[in-house]
Amino acid sequence: MKSAVLVFPGSNREVDVAQAIELVTGRKPQMVWHGDGDFEKADLIVVPGGFSYGDYLRCGAMAAQSPVMAEVKRRASQGVPVLAICNGFQIVTEAGLLPGTLMRNAHLKFVCRDVHLKVETSQSLFTNRYQAGQVIRVPVAHAEGNYFASEDMLKQLEDRGQVAFRYCAPDGTVDGSGNPNGSIRDIAGVFNETKTVMGLMPHPENAVEPMFGGCDGRALFEGLVDALS
Amino acid sequence: MTIPPVRLPNEPVITPQVVAEHGLSPDEYQRVLAIMGRTPTMVELGIFSAMWSEHCSYKSSKVWLKKLPTKAPWVIQGPGENAGVIDIGDGQAAIFKMESHNHPSYIEPYQGAATGVGGILRDVFTMGARPVANLNALRFGDPAHPKTRHLVSGVVAGIGGYGNCMGIPTVGGETNFHPAYNGNILVNAMTVGIAPSNRIFYAAAAGVGNPLVYVGSKTGRDGIHGATMASTEFSEDSEEKRPTVQVGDPFVEKLLLEACLELMATDAIVAIQDMGAAGLTSSSFEMAAKGGLGLIVELDKVPMRETGMNPYELMLSESQERMLIVLKPGREALARSIFEKWELDFAVIGHLTDTERMVLSWHGDIVGNIPIPPLVTEAPVYERPWTLTPLPPVLAASDVPAPAGWNASLIALMSCPDLASKAWIWHQYDHLIMGNTAIRPQDGDAALVRVPGGHKGLAMTSDCTPRYVQAHPETGGRQAVAEAWRNITAVGARPLAVTDNMNFGNPQKPEIMGQFAGAILGMADACRALDFPVVSGNVSLYNETEGKPILPTPTIGAVGVIDDIAFAVSSRITTDGLAMVLIGETTGWLGQSLYLREACGREDGAPPPVDLAVERRNGDFVRSQIANRRIVACHDLSDGGLLVALAEMCLAGGTGAEVALPAGNAVPSHAFLYGEDQARYLIACNSGEEMVQAAQAAGVPATVLGYSGGGSLTVKGLLSLTLSELRAAHEAWLPDYMNATE
Repeated sequence: MKSAVLVFPGSNREVDVAQAIELVTGRKPQMVWHGDGDFEKADLIVVPGGFSYGDYLRCGAMAAQSPVMAEVKRRASQGVPVLAICNGFQIVTEAGLLPGTLMRNAHLKFVCRDVHLKVETSQSLFTNRYQAGQVIRVPVAHAEGNYFASEDMLKQLEDRGQVAFRYCAPDGTVDGSGNPNGSIRDIAGVFNETKTVMGLMPHPENAVEPMFGGCDGRALFEGLVDALS
Repeated sequence: MTIPPVRLPNEPVITPQVVAEHGLSPDEYQRVLAIMGRTPTMVELGIFSAMWSEHCSYKSSKVWLKKLPTKAPWVIQGPGENAGVIDIGDGQAAIFKMESHNHPSYIEPYQGAATGVGGILRDVFTMGARPVANLNALRFGDPAHPKTRHLVSGVVAGIGGYGNCMGIPTVGGETNFHPAYNGNILVNAMTVGIAPSNRIFYAAAAGVGNPLVYVGSKTGRDGIHGATMASTEFSEDSEEKRPTVQVGDPFVEKLLLEACLELMATDAIVAIQDMGAAGLTSSSFEMAAKGGLGLIVELDKVPMRETGMNPYELMLSESQERMLIVLKPGREALARSIFEKWELDFAVIGHLTDTERMVLSWHGDIVGNIPIPPLVTEAPVYERPWTLTPLPPVLAASDVPAPAGWNASLIALMSCPDLASKAWIWHQYDHLIMGNTAIRPQDGDAALVRVPGGHKGLAMTSDCTPRYVQAHPETGGRQAVAEAWRNITAVGARPLAVTDNMNFGNPQKPEIMGQFAGAILGMADACRALDFPVVSGNVSLYNETEGKPILPTPTIGAVGVIDDIAFAVSSRITTDGLAMVLIGETTGWLGQSLYLREACGREDGAPPPVDLAVERRNGDFVRSQIANRRIVACHDLSDGGLLVALAEMCLAGGTGAEVALPAGNAVPSHAFLYGEDQARYLIACNSGEEMVQAAQAAGVPATVLGYSGGGSLTVKGLLSLTLSELRAAHEAWLPDYMNATE
């Protein structure tokens, strides 16, 4: 699997995700600077976490207008998979690759802690190594992760199986108790209609080693390798 | 003969009042006149004012700081540079320092704390290190004080706002509350970075003719005279000083970090210095003075944020996210391309000379011309009068009442502001970014972070028990160092070196100067006995409001190393049936204990004595047992003593324990369980018997107290609480306090 990780001014988890990919694939991803409208062919494009352009204006809004994102949109339309994490999720919603938007956390504070996620489906490039209904533990670290979409859009997401992960209690109960940011319907991650683009607020890349937060995020990358190699 | 400077139109006349407003005493001004041989211009006066401020010159503390041990075979750079540097093996160095941002954080908590983090990060990456961890030590006033909630909220958001955006994990620290900080909070921030040990960058300029380059943000009017403001006491009108607080932009600092590290990977840099307190003034003087050279600075070439700025403002602005670099000749284009890629300002603003003078030009006119060596060598140094604090009488355990109800007493301690969980704070800090955090906040005595690219780990902690220092500064100074050493030891790492952040009141009062002197003597003693040299530090004086000083607070930041992170232990008990073994001697010392303060409302008695030989013996034993994999979990005993440590271990791992006082124990139960004798650890291990035997062989007192297991904490015959009761009390206080509206 050849992967490309985008780097914007202010990205700061690009190294974390590059290390996770290298750990799983044995291969370093290419790091693509935001100003580069063209980059080498890749089987997977990752839009990483951070504070692109300082998160000034509105999280992800400026990055969504960058030359590299024009190219990402073009490739995504051809079916190249895109994994968008945290600030990356904000960027791709701003770029129109995923529905909905990420608002300020309901409690208005930055939150960094482990959360539990319920895997909604194993039928995707990103989640094929998980079981539907499985509970995994991965960290979040954000101030604007409060997912919102209109009722119509939510209905469409649910009907088409576009919800990837929901925040839940450690036993898998989805009742708001495990929700760290106020996201509507406890949504932590979503797919596009073709399930080739996935955005999520939590950080699977920070849960790939037993001594450093556990390994529950590792299967996401392993699943991508299975699907894309 | 030097060219006399031009006086600018509208330049104020230097009167005694102008001199006083610059914080210079009449004697100090006489020195200025002697050095200059004429009346200084305004910009020259401003430079003297900043360079001779307490903050920049250490004029009251210098004679005492010299008493601290600073050398060891592993020390690459001790105090005097931007940060300390130690060798951690494998061609790598750890670079670290702690620095205060107390005064600005009280005036404007978010920006004050944020720029404190920004400043300490720059101190570390200016030396060539990539920062890998941040810590902070915070002291707030009485929770009931009307300003405290606002200050906690702003400071925590500011620290998080800066560190999170920079992408540096904030992995540890401490937070205390005491009415003595009501009018003067403490915000001490520490950064630890990693660099190749043969690629350390220093500030000393070299090479006459080499270009002087300004990079980073533009210069604005913010923070003018911050160093002078930080060198005076507060009064009622302090909040009018808000314009002296700088405004931070962590996004620009992130770009500056990446651009500097990119430039550092080339061979273009001769010297580099961040612009911190006193901005362009202190950075340019330090670079020139350390190199024994002179400088011509063309101030009109400095990138400016606002129009109409003058030389005085440019030299004294404390705008953030700026660096000064001396480049090798011919490398300007290369350096410019890197900074332009990162969309940062880059300007050649002068060059090095052999005159040992600082010449400032403004659109072709000379507006300042100061000889550099005397400004440094003839800077005032004061041997201020001091009176040592006498040792208070020792308080016998029999003079302190036992709790009326044991369960309630532990609940009360675990939920008191100093011991209550600080998760509300560290959940606002990204403590996981970089993927190297092995021991998270609250899971161990020290934070543990993997050194990228290998198996090594850096253990880091910040410690001070201000009530001990207040009672007897020498003991308190010794204890702060010993506790930091113990905390590094408790995760299995070798303690290597210390950074000190000395927060005190007005040094012109002999009793305050005596606190400073006493603390230094105690610290020096402990650092020497524990081979734990001081490699960097910062002094913050005049922490008083309307004559009321803070508790003397010499915060100790410490770093240690463990060769293989897989051998480290946390304080979490996660399995049943582990033997809980108390290491060290328990006399039941209740003087200055948290129990005495929280349960009895008293802050008296002598603090617990620190026997450094015992400290070392017990610590070396614990570390060796961790290295031999005989210890499963470990916690040092400090605030709240044995019972609090046990409760914290149970809560951290979610497993209960049942213990009993040892047979034949002659110490009163409340003194045994809540006393704060030093050099002690509580460990969980598979075989209590083997542990006690090994301890005996090493001459270390060790007692099996009981075993882990179940969902409750029980002390036979005295106390039994479920972990959920304990957790509710421990975790509720801070969020409840912060969410309260009044």
